[in-house]
Amino acid sequence: MTEMSKLDPKALLADVTEFLWQEADILDRKDYDAWIDLWLKEGIYILPIGDGEDYENQLNLCYDDDKMRRMRVDRFKRGFSISSAPAADTVRTVSRIVIESAEGDVIKLRAAEHLVEDKFGRQRMWAADLFYTLRKTDDGFKLERKIAKLLNSDGMLNSFSYLF
Amino acid sequence: MSLDTPKFSDFDALYDAENAKVATEMYEDPDLFKEEMDRIFKKTWVWVAHESEFPDKGSFKLSQVGLDPVIVVRDRKGKIHCMVNRCRHRAATVCEVKQGKTSSFQCPYHGWGYGLDGSLRAVPYPEQYGDDFDKSQHGLLKLRTESHEGMVFATFNEDAEPLVDFLGPEVCRYMTLFMKQGGGFPVKVLGEHQFQVPMNWKVQLENTTDAYHFPIVHKSFMQTLDEKTEDLFAFMDKNEGWVEDLGNGHSIMMMMPSRADLDDRLDDPIEPRFEWLAEEIRKEGYSEEQVKKIVLAVGGPGFNMNLFPNVSFSLSFFRVLTPIAVDKTDIRHMALGMDGGPKIANQTRLRLHEHFQGPMGFGSPDDAEVWERVQRGTQGGEELPILVNRGIVDEEPGVMGPRGHVSSETGMRAAYKMWKRMMEQEA
Ligand code: FES
Ligand SMILES: [Fe+2]
Repeated sequence: MTEMSKLDPKALLADVTEFLWQEADILDRKDYDAWIDLWLKEGIYILPIGDGEDYENQLNLCYDDDKMRRMRVDRFKRGFSISSAPAADTVRTVSRIVIESAEGDVIKLRAAEHLVEDKFGRQRMWAADLFYTLRKTDDGFKLERKIAKLLNSDGMLNSFSYLF
Repeated sequence: MSLDTPKFSDFDALYDAENAKVATEMYEDPDLFKEEMDRIFKKTWVWVAHESEFPDKGSFKLSQVGLDPVIVVRDRKGKIHCMVNRCRHRAATVCEVKQGKTSSFQCPYHGWGYGLDGSLRAVPYPEQYGDDFDKSQHGLLKLRTESHEGMVFATFNEDAEPLVDFLGPEVCRYMTLFMKQGGGFPVKVLGEHQFQVPMNWKVQLENTTDAYHFPIVHKSFMQTLDEKTEDLFAFMDKNEGWVEDLGNGHSIMMMMPSRADLDDRLDDPIEPRFEWLAEEIRKEGYSEEQVKKIVLAVGGPGFNMNLFPNVSFSLSFFRVLTPIAVDKTDIRHMALGMDGGPKIANQTRLRLHEHFQGPMGFGSPDDAEVWERVQRGTQGGEELPILVNRGIVDEEPGVMGPRGHVSSETGMRAAYKMWKRMMEQEA
């Protein structure tokens, strides 16, 4: 992250895009250790249900602090969970990135995610709005908050053996 | 299709009660599915809502009775009504809002207006219907509606026995015990997880009182628990619990008998895993007695109870099934909390619910996977039976019906016995 990106919106957009694409690639490859490394310890990963934003006091699909996030990833990796052994394969794209604010080290942005999963010879398609709070560190961007709001989050879903 | 139709004349072939064998068609036959919708879901009490989901006058919620979409609503006097979501003019749905509050339902097509009790109130330009048009004959199609312990059931069957008789005394008793997880507050639905599984509805019906699958399917969930909690879930090895047929297809799986009645545990020390929570609740000024009660409630009771045909009480949540097609079933897991209770207690309940339940829980996706595998498996070996005979060898008489080992398939046999009783009756 250069000083330039602070001043130059296009450079910042290029930097965060690179980061988001890197994360999307990590998630499609299910390289969960690498994904955990993208997080700040205090970071929160949420898949909400519906339009409410009081995440702590509402039911979500997931509300992961560091401990839950590590357990979730661990569960995926250990091979005892029948739904994730094997998990569905996924191909996703992240696009339509809009930087909402960039103040100091904190960048807030939103983006669109399209994901196709494949398992049992059947494909399902999901769309989500992503809301990120990124923090710029010496070690590159880190995730402070990520909210993945499925287009039909309060509708009838299926079970997920991967992350958005 | 009637009883004369050879295809469904032999219910013994579909469920052999003596040997506890279920025929493959039970999960696979679309014609049988249609018959089930008529003979079971149109005939018996079907769970439609919890009262906390539409607490005020004029509040409503959309639900389903079998394949029929219904509206459950409270009128101005607080009386609960349930009616089919279909305009009596030319069938348009009169409501597409999942949950909300209103003073009436107006059809969007030609504007027929219905009261909260489903009665037809207003017809625009009525002259062309003539003088003998009787509004009272054109209300929304009503179902009989009764509640017990906040659980609202509806039925199309005017001749159905009263709800409490259908539930029976043991189910009613356990419902009261289940609701003690309000911790002294009314139980409130805090939200729901919804997911569709490519399976027949009876695969779910079998599952809530199936302890046998727990240590296998939920191994990866168990691995994320601390030792104390893991021990709590080690009910298979402890041999203290049981499964019991409670009559009319209902059954209970008592996993932790010491937690059947939470009030029996009020003198116990607070569990170490919840000490932090007790401390937080104390800070809010609750008495020590209340703190204990609330913390116990957060942990939930120690049993699952399955009600025929579509709802179950599962430790600390409601599980609702809605049949969609022979191989498609919608599942709802409703998170419960304490209405007016400490925020931190409800937050803890929500996080515990998210931990196991729903599309991203550490439990439900594995359940969904094995249920789908059942549906996939029954594509082959059509002549082979599905076995629900486990534990038949050492069953003993219980209060209302047989009682077996905690991992016995007594609950499934109870459900299939009722299934057969209902299917054998003329639609
Ligand atoms: S269909 Fe409802 S008013 Fe015509
Ligand atoms: Fe299960």
